[in-house]
Amino acid sequence: MHRDPNLYDFWPYQDRPKIVWPGEKKLAFWVAPNIEFYELNPPINPSRKPWGRPHPDVVPYSARDWGNRVGHWRLMEAMDECGVRGSISLSCAMLDHHPEIIQACVDRNWEFFSHGIYNTRYSYNMTEAQERAVIEDSIKSVMDATGQRIRGYLAPALTHTERTMDLLAEYEFWYSCDLFQDDQPQPMKVKGNNRLISMPYSLEVNDVITYGVYHQSPRAYADALMRHFDQLLEEGAETGTVMCIPLHAYLVGHPHRMGPFREALRYITSHRDDIWVTTAKEIAEFYLANHYDQSLADIQARGCARPGTGFNPAGDAA
Amino acid sequence: MSTLPDSYLVYPQRKAGPDHAHYPAAPLPDRRPIALPGGLKLGLWVVVPLEFFPLNPSGQPFKAPGAMQTPYPDLRHYTTRDYGNRVGAYRLLKLFAKLGVKATFAVQGAVAERYPQLVRDVAAAGHDICAHGWDTDALHHSGLSAAVENRYIADTLSAIETASGRRPTGWISPARAEGFQTPARLAAAGLRWFADWAHDDLPTRFATESGDLTALPLSNELDDWQILIGYSRPEHEWVAQVGDAADWLLDEAARMQSPRLLTLTIRPYVSGLPYRIKPLGDSLAGVLARAGCGCVQPSELTII
Repeated sequence: MHRDPNLYDFWPYQDRPKIVWPGEKKLAFWVAPNIEFYELNPPINPSRKPWGRPHPDVVPYSARDWGNRVGHWRLMEAMDECGVRGSISLSCAMLDHHPEIIQACVDRNWEFFSHGIYNTRYSYNMTEAQERAVIEDSIKSVMDATGQRIRGYLAPALTHTERTMDLLAEYEFWYSCDLFQDDQPQPMKVKGNNRLISMPYSLEVNDVITYGVYHQSPRAYADALMRHFDQLLEEGAETGTVMCIPLHAYLVGHPHRMGPFREALRYITSHRDDIWVTTAKEIAEFYLANHYDQSLADIQARGCARPGTGFNPAGDAA
Repeated sequence: MSTLPDSYLVYPQRKAGPDHAHYPAAPLPDRRPIALPGGLKLGLWVVVPLEFFPLNPSGQPFKAPGAMQTPYPDLRHYTTRDYGNRVGAYRLLKLFAKLGVKATFAVQGAVAERYPQLVRDVAAAGHDICAHGWDTDALHHSGLSAAVENRYIADTLSAIETASGRRPTGWISPARAEGFQTPARLAAAGLRWFADWAHDDLPTRFATESGDLTALPLSNELDDWQILIGYSRPEHEWVAQVGDAADWLLDEAARMQSPRLLTLTIRPYVSGLPYRIKPLGDSLAGVLARAGCGCVQPSELTII
């Protein structure tokens, strides 16, 4: 076990080289609906229980199914109204369980990225072959169903192994949403020559954190989203920032929460002169083409670069 | 079921005052007035911990607040804490510069060793630096040998001195946890003040076997973690509670003709988030806008 993942270098948020998003925009804004499937009776991973009570744990199970039957359609309508395309954090089994949701997203030109196969199958204790199988299944399933080659990843239920990021790079993913160390993208230190970046996912304004961890009210959530946006927009004038709103329809889609949320989304998207309303893949593509080398050079020039790659500080060959 | 021995009802410390020899009882109304620089009525002491949370904590003898929570590798909590040192701390430095706030940054040895630039940036901005132990998994407790605890202290002071050019004279233990011998070992290491104990609102003399320390007050009820995370209150309620504390203390200072201290711990990974930085600024600006309020530093508060 390592004391430090060594997946990225320390890089002070001060005097960084300037990022300007397409159209001279200061902030890149994206929304990540997590479209997830939780199984009623999943097999057990020894490192984590899927449900609090003995199976079937019907209330939390069905509350999540509610998200796919009811909440998703409400959230999608609000995003349509505000002209926001989603970047979907997808439990890839959703392609089989709910093709009607997938088709609605394809019709809107939303982006898909992998959030594992089910959100009740955790990465802990997987062999390399098993972890590869999940990644290969994700790539092929989304390609077959939508024609999209996925370029992003958020590990199922935020469960990782030491090799996850190296595998993503090997399979030519462009970004991972798994690291929450910054409000700007950053090159990740991975094996091989492929480039992988950390994509800001703004976990702290995730509805799961807001409602499940911080126990905030819907209006307090909307206020926090707007303040988060105002701050990052102000800082984006110095160097471009990224804001994501990670969502779960089974939480935000409730009638007492949708109104304040939609107000916040309307407020944010009313700033189109200053913000790039986009998807994670488009942010990654632009960053890789225009700012990746600049970031690496700055980290190097400041003396922040440390040797090795993730979980491999000595830089040993694979 | 086992029974208790008769010694369980023997009370060897049952006498006036606390059940230890570090300080005597001292009711607040009986205190001699203290003095703050510039005739301040209310001194604002801001403490900013710069902590390192290892990805592989032992969790012994307990898991520090903010430590990893999910099975290894808990990238979620590692990176949200690391955000504080990379991004949040710089947002705080910018805010403090704008408001004219001078704070005490409580730096862990591992932070000084890993991120010396951050420590240099803090020092260059004119802030005070104190020691905050080695890291959040190097907790001080009575199960540590003298050699290990003394090494934690010495390594921390050396790492901070190497990074900042100054040897700290103050200390806050990681998670404010101590063993019975910790204060004496801090005094023996040449430290002058510490702020682990929450027994008072004013500086107190704290006796140890190796000499006296100043124990500085540091609220454990009003800090950002306690209000925003522990009590899950929204940011505007924290701003209101800080304002209410300032009003109460100013009134008390006038009534008792002795200045008071408002002590506030601000964590970069909590208050340095984009959606919290403005409420934090409102909070600090609100306190400092009150007549007779200003920032104070430990060097102005030590009494020994």
